[in-house]
Amino acid sequence: MSNEVQTPVVDEALAAAELAPEPPAPTAAGSAMRSAALLAVFTLAFTALMALTHDATEAPIQASVEARRLELIAQVLPRADYDNALLDDTVQLPALPALGIDGPVTLHRARRGNEPVALVFEAQAPDGYSGAIRLLMAVRADGTLGGVRVVAHKETPGLGDYIDPAKDRASPKWISQFGGRDTAQAASWTVRKDGGDFTYMTGATISPRAVVRAAGRAATAIAPVREALFALPAGASADKVFE
Amino acid sequence: MNAEERAIYGDIGRKGLWENNTALVQLLGLCPLLAVSTSFVNAVSLSLATVLVMAMSSGAVAALRTLIPHEIRIPVFVLIIAALVTCLDLAFNAWLHDLYLVLGIFIPLIVTNCIVLARVEAFAAKNSPLAAAWDGAAMGVGLLWVLALLGSARELIGAGTLFSGIDMIVPGAHAIQVFGDEYRGLLIAILPPGAFIFLGLLIAARNAWVARVQARAAAPHTPVEAASA
Repeated sequence: MSNEVQTPVVDEALAAAELAPEPPAPTAAGSAMRSAALLAVFTLAFTALMALTHDATEAPIQASVEARRLELIAQVLPRADYDNALLDDTVQLPALPALGIDGPVTLHRARRGNEPVALVFEAQAPDGYSGAIRLLMAVRADGTLGGVRVVAHKETPGLGDYIDPAKDRASPKWISQFGGRDTAQAASWTVRKDGGDFTYMTGATISPRAVVRAAGRAATAIAPVREALFALPAGASADKVFE
Repeated sequence: MNAEERAIYGDIGRKGLWENNTALVQLLGLCPLLAVSTSFVNAVSLSLATVLVMAMSSGAVAALRTLIPHEIRIPVFVLIIAALVTCLDLAFNAWLHDLYLVLGIFIPLIVTNCIVLARVEAFAAKNSPLAAAWDGAAMGVGLLWVLALLGSARELIGAGTLFSGIDMIVPGAHAIQVFGDEYRGLLIAILPPGAFIFLGLLIAARNAWVARVQARAAAPHTPVEAASA
């Protein structure tokens, strides 16, 4: 169908070239200009298509990302425990060595009827068996730990990956022993092998040890200043709290 | 659709699935093949995304083929493929978020797969949009069954399981522990050399099959010649 459209165009061009020998067939520069113009038109058209798609999809994507984030947070802090817009009530933490994350960390504040409930933030264990282990944790306003979840890790499948409850075949899950612990002792948290009271599976000590120690370091840094963190205005930087 | 068209479309399908199979005959787009075929679920996920991208970009290029000057066709093809994949990626993320969490990482990877550009250049640039989309889909499905086979074999021998990670796609479904808990796995099957070895075996099996079919096709003449001799 579109071939039929094209044929006359080509014929006209040929006919024009035959009828008028001066100027002859398009010069190299002329055809290069034509190609460049067409390429620009194609680029503009497809950039516009991408821009329109981006506009149309931006809101739903944002909504799904937020829903997923809330789902993840619900694993360390039940949704029924707070009633504020957790994702908007944030404070920017500076890059703290205790959290193990390069760069600032966003800390979410959960409240119920304006009363502080818990602080939710991410931390990282740098010393997993194969790389860093990313954690999400909640410290409650009363100083106990809401819970810890492994968000991202590269531990050996079937060996060290039981730190991730999705891969953990034990019941109760290994990671559940963080819930309800008093953060006042967080600095001394470690696995039984090192004299602590966290269980682990024989043959895979490195991954749980890294998680327990990282959670302990993070809780030790955050829990003592929790009241100051709750007092900051939303969106503020918490640099002063840690000076 | 008349008989002639049906024959043409049947022929395109047969070429994509078997005669001109991307993985076993053309040997194109092997990078993702090697990287992703470590398990059945990964292999099938990548292939499904490939089927979508190939059908879409072939159809789009065929629809625009009369507007594209011959000298700059390759940059324009790349532009079209990259733009469409970006749109597909965004649309998946927005409206099929659960599926996006599984296929999401594979979709941008496909832009770099030379098989997409190869089919656009070899077929879509010279044919109608419908035939081109069908060719892209058939080539993708050809890749799908080979990758599914390769992924299953590597997962089975490398880890002793089948369908691990299926719970990402079908919630509640579980992987099958084929060889029992004691099976320690054969690491080489999961590593890149394993991909080459299994692909080599699959190509050898296909070649042996084709040789047999050809020998059988040639066979009926022999008795006649023998009788006349």
